[in-house]
Amino acid sequence: MAYLSAGVLFIRSLGGLSQQTTARQGNLFGIIGMVIAVVVTAIAWAGDDLSAKTAGLAILVAAVGVGALVGATLARRVEMTGMPELVAILHSFVGLAAVLVGISSYLHPHHTEKLEGAAHLVYLVEIGIGVAVGAITLTGSIVAWAKLSGRLSGSPLLLPGRHILNLVTAVSCLALMVPLMQADGATGIVWLLGITVLSCALGVHLVLAIGGADMPVVVSLLNSYSGWAAAASGFVLGNDLLIVTGALVGSSGAILSTIMCRAMNRSIWNVVFGGFGTDSSAKPAGEAVPQGDVIEIKPLELAEELRAAKSVVVVPGYGMAVARAQNSVHDLCKVLKARGCKVRFAIHPVAGRLPGHMNVLLAEAGVPYDIVLEMEHVNADFPNTDVVLVIGANDIVNPGALDDPSSPIYGMPVLEVWKAKRVVVSKRGMAAGYAGVENPLFFLDNTRMLFGDAKKSVEALVAAVKG
Amino acid sequence: MAAALRYLPVPRRWTIRIGVPRETAKYERRVAAVPESVGKLREMGFDVVVERGAGSLAGFTDQAYEAVGAVIDGADVAWGADVVIKVRPPAASEAALLAEGSLLISLLQPERNPGVLESIAARKAGALALERIPRVTRAQKMDVLSSMANLAGYRAIIEAAAALPGPLGALVTAAGSSRPGKVMVIGCGVAGLAAVAAARALGAEVRAFDTRAAAREQVESLGATFLEVDFKESGEGQGGYAKVMSPEFIAAEMALFRAQAAEVDVIITTALVPGAKAPILLARDIVEAMRTGSVIIDLAAEQGGNCEMCVPDEVNVHNGVKIVGYTDLVSRMAGHASKFFAQNLVNLLAEMGGGKKFVVDHANDVIRPALLVEKGEILPPPPKKEPAPAPAPVAKPAPVAKKATPPPEDLVPAQQHIMVPTRAAWGQTVFGLVLIAVLFALGRFAPTDFLQHFTVFVLACFIGWQVVWSVTPALHTPLMSVTNAISGIIVVGGMLQIGGGMDAATVLGAVAVLVATINIAGGFLVTQRMLAMFHRGES
Repeated sequence: MAYLSAGVLFIRSLGGLSQQTTARQGNLFGIIGMVIAVVVTAIAWAGDDLSAKTAGLAILVAAVGVGALVGATLARRVEMTGMPELVAILHSFVGLAAVLVGISSYLHPHHTEKLEGAAHLVYLVEIGIGVAVGAITLTGSIVAWAKLSGRLSGSPLLLPGRHILNLVTAVSCLALMVPLMQADGATGIVWLLGITVLSCALGVHLVLAIGGADMPVVVSLLNSYSGWAAAASGFVLGNDLLIVTGALVGSSGAILSTIMCRAMNRSIWNVVFGGFGTDSSAKPAGEAVPQGDVIEIKPLELAEELRAAKSVVVVPGYGMAVARAQNSVHDLCKVLKARGCKVRFAIHPVAGRLPGHMNVLLAEAGVPYDIVLEMEHVNADFPNTDVVLVIGANDIVNPGALDDPSSPIYGMPVLEVWKAKRVVVSKRGMAAGYAGVENPLFFLDNTRMLFGDAKKSVEALVAAVKG
Repeated sequence: MAAALRYLPVPRRWTIRIGVPRETAKYERRVAAVPESVGKLREMGFDVVVERGAGSLAGFTDQAYEAVGAVIDGADVAWGADVVIKVRPPAASEAALLAEGSLLISLLQPERNPGVLESIAARKAGALALERIPRVTRAQKMDVLSSMANLAGYRAIIEAAAALPGPLGALVTAAGSSRPGKVMVIGCGVAGLAAVAAARALGAEVRAFDTRAAAREQVESLGATFLEVDFKESGEGQGGYAKVMSPEFIAAEMALFRAQAAEVDVIITTALVPGAKAPILLARDIVEAMRTGSVIIDLAAEQGGNCEMCVPDEVNVHNGVKIVGYTDLVSRMAGHASKFFAQNLVNLLAEMGGGKKFVVDHANDVIRPALLVEKGEILPPPPKKEPAPAPAPVAKPAPVAKKATPPPEDLVPAQQHIMVPTRAAWGQTVFGLVLIAVLFALGRFAPTDFLQHFTVFVLACFIGWQVVWSVTPALHTPLMSVTNAISGIIVVGGMLQIGGGMDAATVLGAVAVLVATINIAGGFLVTQRMLAMFHRGES
C-alpha cells in the first residue's frame, strides 16, 4: 500500500512538471514519495528482529547519512552552467547502484526459498540484464561527464570496425549468460563479473564515439538507461515500486531522447551509431563553402541599432553558457525593455548540452519564463523583428539546414533568424559550431558579427545602450 | 609565385607614387581620392600627389589633402605619377601626360571612347578599366559601378521629387490631403533598387519591373509591387545584367509600360547593356500616355537613354512630361560619391598588394579582366576561365554574385527517410507483431511471479510515456534531475541487500545505498534550486 502511494506520488511528480506553475509542487510530491518508500522499506527491513541487525543498521544509517550529505553538497555547489555534468554523473551513480545490487543479489539471494527451474533461470537473466544495463549506464555516464566537463575531448572517437566491436561485446555478454545460468551456487560470479566488465567497456566505447553536439541526446539516453537499470533491479528483487519507478524514468529518458532527435531530424540510431561529424569532412572541400565577406560590428554601432529597435529576439546557445553571460544578457534585456522595446528569447530544443539547458540558465539569471519562447512559437515572429542577437549559438541558426542538401545538418529544424531585419552574431571567432559545419548565415547581407567574449560584448552593449 | 610577379610597373626601390588629377569632363565633380582615402593610401605605403583643386568641386580643399600627407602640385606632376587614379576616361591630351611604364586606373569605356586605349598605349603605359572588374563576390568592395549606381538610384528619386509639381508622399494638412505619388521603376539592378527604396522612404507608392525573376523578392522586400507581363521568359543574363528578350516579350512589356504610364507620376528607367547603347523602353507614344506634370528620370541618358525623347544633360519637356536626362546624378552628390569611389579604389589598390608589394598580377582573376593595356600594348580579353557569376545581383548595398543568400520563405527541407510515414507505419506494425509474439512466449513459459511484475512494468511504461510527453520543453532539465532523483529509488534494493552481518552482499548493498542516496538528495535539491529560479515576469 505504501509502495502504491509512493508510485502514485512519483507519477504526480512528473505530471507536475508539465507546467511551471505546478512544477515545484511536483518536486515536493517526489520528495514525499521517496521518503515514504525509504521509511517503509526500512521498517520492513528491520522487521521483527532489529537486535540481530545492529551492524547492518549502523552501516545503513552511515551510508544514507554520508550519501545525503554528499548529494546535498553537490546540489548546492553546482553552477547552473555545470548542470549537464552533474546530471551525467548522477546517472552513473544509479548505474553503479544497479550493478552493485545485481551482484549482491547474486551472492546473497533475497528470496528465502530456493528457486527452481524456470524461475531460477529468469532470476539469473534478470540479474544479468540488470548488471549489464547498469554497467553501461555507469561507464557511459562517466565518459559523458568527462566530455561535458572538458576532461575529454568532445570530438567523437571512431575506432575502425566499431560497429563490429560493439556487436561482439554485446553478443559476448549474452554468451556469458549461459555459463552463468549453468553455474552452481555462487560459483557463477566469475561470469557475472565478466558481463560487468564487458558492459563497462561497451558503455565507454559507445559514448566515446558520440560527438559533443549530440550530448543532449546521450545524456537523456543515459537517463533512460538508468531507469531501465533500476527497473531490472526491481525484477531481481521482486519489488514493484522499483519496477514502476524505473519504468517511469526509463520512458521519460526515452521521450527526451526522441524529442531531441526530432529536433535534429535524425533517428536515434543515427545519433548513437552515426559517428556524426565524419561525413562533413568527406564532402569535397570548398564545394559548398559559403563565400563572401563577414561584416563586423562594434558594440557602439550595435547599441545604436538596439536603441532604435522596437522588437528584439535573443537566441542563446552553449557559447552563452561557456562565457557565463546570462546575467549580462538579462541586464541588456532589462535596459531594452525599459526603453519600450519588446524583448524575447528564442530557445532551440537542442541549444546547450542538456535538454532545457538554456531555460535553466536564463531562469537563473532571473529572466521571466513567459518571454522565453520555443522554436515553433518564435519562428513566425522573425520577419517582424528588428534585431536578432545570437549569442554563442551556431548550428541551430544555420540556414544551410533548410536549403543545402549537402550540409550534414540538412533537414534539422532551425531558428530562422535571417528573416529579421538585422542579425547580430556574438562569437569569439569564425570557428564552426559543434557539428563542424560552416554557417552561411554569417555571410548574409543583414548579418553582422560581434566578435569577442560574449560576456564582455554584452556588458559593453548594456553600457552603450544606457548611454 | 614567380609567374605572378612578371610585371612591375615601377622599379621596386622607389616608393610608388599615386597621382590624382582633377577631373576635366563636363559636369563631373567627383574626384578619385578624398582626404580620408589618401590617409589610407599613405598607410599602405604609397606616396600621393593631388592636382591643385582636384577636390574643390567635391568639397575637399587642397589643405585637407595636405593635412593627410598628400603633395599638391600641377596637372603634369599628377599625371606623371607611377599610378594615376581617376574617375572619368582620360582625354587624349591627358593621356599624353602619362609617364612611360605608369598605370592608369579609371573608368575607360573604350566602346564609347574610341582611341582612348591607343593613346595610353602610345605612352607605353598600362591601363586598368574599373568597369571591367568582374562582378564576383570577392570584387564587390572594388566595384565602382555598384557603389555609384546606388547613389544614382537614390538621386533619381530626389530629382523626380524636385521636378514633380506635387508631393511624392501622402501629405495631410488642415486644408485637405494629397494622395501618395506613384512611381514606376524599370530595371531593378542596384540603381533600380536604390530608387525603389528611396521612393518608398519618401512615402510614394512604388511598382517595379524587371525581366529577371530574382528581382521579385528584392523588390517586394522593399515594400514595392513587382509588375509582371503576361509572358513567360526568363531574363537572367550574364554578370548581373538582363539579357535581350524575344520580340514577343518586348511587345508584352511595352503594353505593360503603356498601361502603367497613364497611371504613374514618375518613371525611373535604369536599363543598361554593357558596352552598348541603352535599349529604348519608353517610345514616344508611351510618353504621350503620361499625364501632364509627370516626370521621367532616365538613368541611361549617358548611354543614349531608355526614353526616346531623352536629351542627355537636359530636361526635355514633351507634352507636359519632363524627361530628365542628367548624366551627372552622382556628381550632384560629389562629396559622398567621391568618398565611395575613393574607397573602392583603396580596396582595389590593397588587392594589388598595397604600396609595398604592388604588382599587376595576371593570375588574379579580378585584376586580369580589367587590365586592358600593358606596357604599351592593348591586351586581348582574358581567356574565359569560369562561367559568369550567377546573375542574382543586387542587394541593397551592392550587387551580389554567388553570395550567401537566405533560403526562400517557407522552405520545407526534405525530411530524412526515417520520417517517411509509410516506412514508420511498417516499422510500427512489425514492432507490434514482435511484441505480441514475445508477450505470448512469456505468458506460455515464464513463471507467474515474473508475469505479475512484468505487467506492472509495461503499465508503468505507458503511464510514464503519457505523463512525460506533457512536460513543457522549458522544464526538461528539471525533469531530468527529478527523474534522476527518483531513480535513486534503487536505494530500496540496496537496503534489502544489507544483511545482519558484514558479508560481501552487505558491503555491496551499503555502497549501493550510499550512491543512491547521493542521487536522491542531489537530484531533489538541485531540482528545487532550479525550479525556484523560474518566475513569471512582473511578479
